[in-house]
Amino acid sequence: MRHLIIGSGPAGVVAAETLRKADPVADITLLCGEPEPPYSRMAIPYLLKGDIAEAGTHLRKDADHYATQRIQVVHGRARSVDTTGRTVDLGGGQRLPYDRLLIATGSRPSRESIPGIDLPGVRSCWTLEDARAILALAQAKPGIRIVQMGAGFVGCIIMEGLLSRGVDLTILVRSGYMVRRMMNPTASGLLQQWCQAKGVKIFTRTQPAGLSAADGVLQVALADGRVLPADIYLSAVGVDPNLDFLAGSGINLGQGIVVDEHLQSSVPGVYAAGDVAESRDCLTGKRQLNAIQPNAVEQGRIAALNMAGRPTAFKGSFVFNVLTTLGLVSSSFGEWEGQPGGDSAEVLDAARYRYLNLQFQGDRLIGANSVGFTDHVGALRGLIEGRVRLGRWKQRLMEDPTQIMQVYVAGVHSVA
Amino acid sequence: MQKSLHIDPNKCTGCLQCEMACSWENYRSFTTAKSRIKVFSFHEAGRFVPYTCTQCDEAWCMTACPVDAIKLDPVTGAKIVLDPTCVGCKVCTIACPFGTINYVAQSGKVQKCDLCDGAPACAKACPTAAITYVDADWTGLEKMRQWAGKTDTNPATV
Ligand SMILES: Cc1cc2nc3c(=O)[nH]c(=O)nc-3n(C[C@H](O)[C@H](O)[C@H](O)COP(=O)(O)OP(=O)(O)OC[C@H]3O[C@@H](n4cnc5c(N)ncnc54)[C@H](O)[C@@H]3O)c2cc1C
Ligand code: SF4
Ligand code: SF4
Repeated sequence: MRHLIIGSGPAGVVAAETLRKADPVADITLLCGEPEPPYSRMAIPYLLKGDIAEAGTHLRKDADHYATQRIQVVHGRARSVDTTGRTVDLGGGQRLPYDRLLIATGSRPSRESIPGIDLPGVRSCWTLEDARAILALAQAKPGIRIVQMGAGFVGCIIMEGLLSRGVDLTILVRSGYMVRRMMNPTASGLLQQWCQAKGVKIFTRTQPAGLSAADGVLQVALADGRVLPADIYLSAVGVDPNLDFLAGSGINLGQGIVVDEHLQSSVPGVYAAGDVAESRDCLTGKRQLNAIQPNAVEQGRIAALNMAGRPTAFKGSFVFNVLTTLGLVSSSFGEWEGQPGGDSAEVLDAARYRYLNLQFQGDRLIGANSVGFTDHVGALRGLIEGRVRLGRWKQRLMEDPTQIMQVYVAGVHSVA
Repeated sequence: MQKSLHIDPNKCTGCLQCEMACSWENYRSFTTAKSRIKVFSFHEAGRFVPYTCTQCDEAWCMTACPVDAIKLDPVTGAKIVLDPTCVGCKVCTIACPFGTINYVAQSGKVQKCDLCDGAPACAKACPTAAITYVDADWTGLEKMRQWAGKTDTNPATV
């Protein structure tokens, strides 16, 4: 059996390793789309900060790891997939055959459509190559001006690394709120206050109208007429799944690759995992993309088991995230916006940047937002994903949401 | 046979010897706040419940780690955080559905129970045998493990 995996991010690597465990004799090929050893995008913020060297971002630290596991690593980009002939075209006449295919191509930064978005100096912070370019410029020109468009998850998590390199940072936020997709206005407001207190300029309800270049300096024209000079315009407005090369393949595409409960696409023998897969959300039951690391590794594992002929259902996932913004830790779980008819409870200590908001439906926890709380936050996942009925302990949480671990342990040990 | 921590809350008196021992073992200080095992007290019910990582088979923390900073100890079965490799991203702390791997602001890394290389200090310190280190089959940990993973679980308290 020839297994081919396109994409060597966390989903692809975990899938390759799982396949090896499940099928000791199979041929396993891992296609890396970037000229790097398999690495983790999530580690990039720590590379920017200088906490780790590039090798620290590599998903596996032992250089022989893939050889030892008999995983053949090939560098190249898939141009198209022929699902009838079962080959993947790498261009230049090179084709890789497969019996089972896993698409784990992840996502790529989306770009706002404004004039000048193709100018040199416009960057994302998504790949090792991006990180190198940003670091090189920051080192060559101390105090460079970075205008960053977007304060979503990735936009926030890279700020610390950027500031640690002495850059002059201005952030434009289209909506009124930072991390709008995972934080409620209170949590988001705390983050904004925190960043401003640390010297980051944040313009909310602001977006660029266009970019131009004058003497090698970018000019960021804002919709209100102001112009901000910038050495780098850092675009961080969100991500889109990498699907382009699947046009004409016959694979059913929605927002991402539509997969069934075995993570198989509409074409038998072709599977998808990670940021690129559109699968079931276990809270809402709807199909959706879920571009987070824990989902990528879990789907990589499950897809591989199915590819190896061990039918394994994916139980569904939901979105949860932890974010460190210039040292302030926040997290977001599930349906943090709540549901109609549900209850919520919260505690806020704005002066100390501490906040916890819980959302319930009936006596179940369905979502949460936190700022400044890190202890035992995993229990939030456990309670939400397990759809645990809290019974009378819900009242305890309504009175004091910080008792979350207490309530969790009470349930585990049936404390009356 | 691999051993695991067996916790019998009925025997726990809330003396916190385990927390002290854990803190001493790992930090050479008696600071219960630093302990990787926590004793939760339920005053109304007059009960105390020590709680820590069960070294679960799924090892959510280990698989979620983006930089391979959590390793399986093949002898004890413990999932162990490698401090020099950990970048402090905390993704493991939300991936573990049991809440038993936690961020330590002072070090900028996470910590969890590592079974002290097969000689858990908490079990040694516990004066009432509420915490013991025994053959895995003997422990009632399965129920702890299953509880969060199962859908529509009803805690006995409902
Ligand atoms: C700076 C940053 C910080 C982040 N922080 C967090 C965090 O704290 N928590 C969290 O949960 N998530 C975080 N994420 C998101 C997380 O990194 C992704 O969810 C995760 O990488 C998804 O894994 P994946 O394997 O699906 O895709 P990816 O990691 O994107 O890997 C996809 C691979 O496929 C390759 N590829 C793409 N197209 C082709 C092609 N045509 N041919 C061949 N190869 C191809 C790519 O080069 C890449 O190697 C962060 C992302 C970034 C950029
Ligand atoms: S910390 Fe959590 S996920 Fe990791 S081994 Fe322990 S119980 Fe399992
Ligand atoms: S905090 Fe450390 S151990 Fe946990 S996932 Fe991140 S790097 Fe790995």
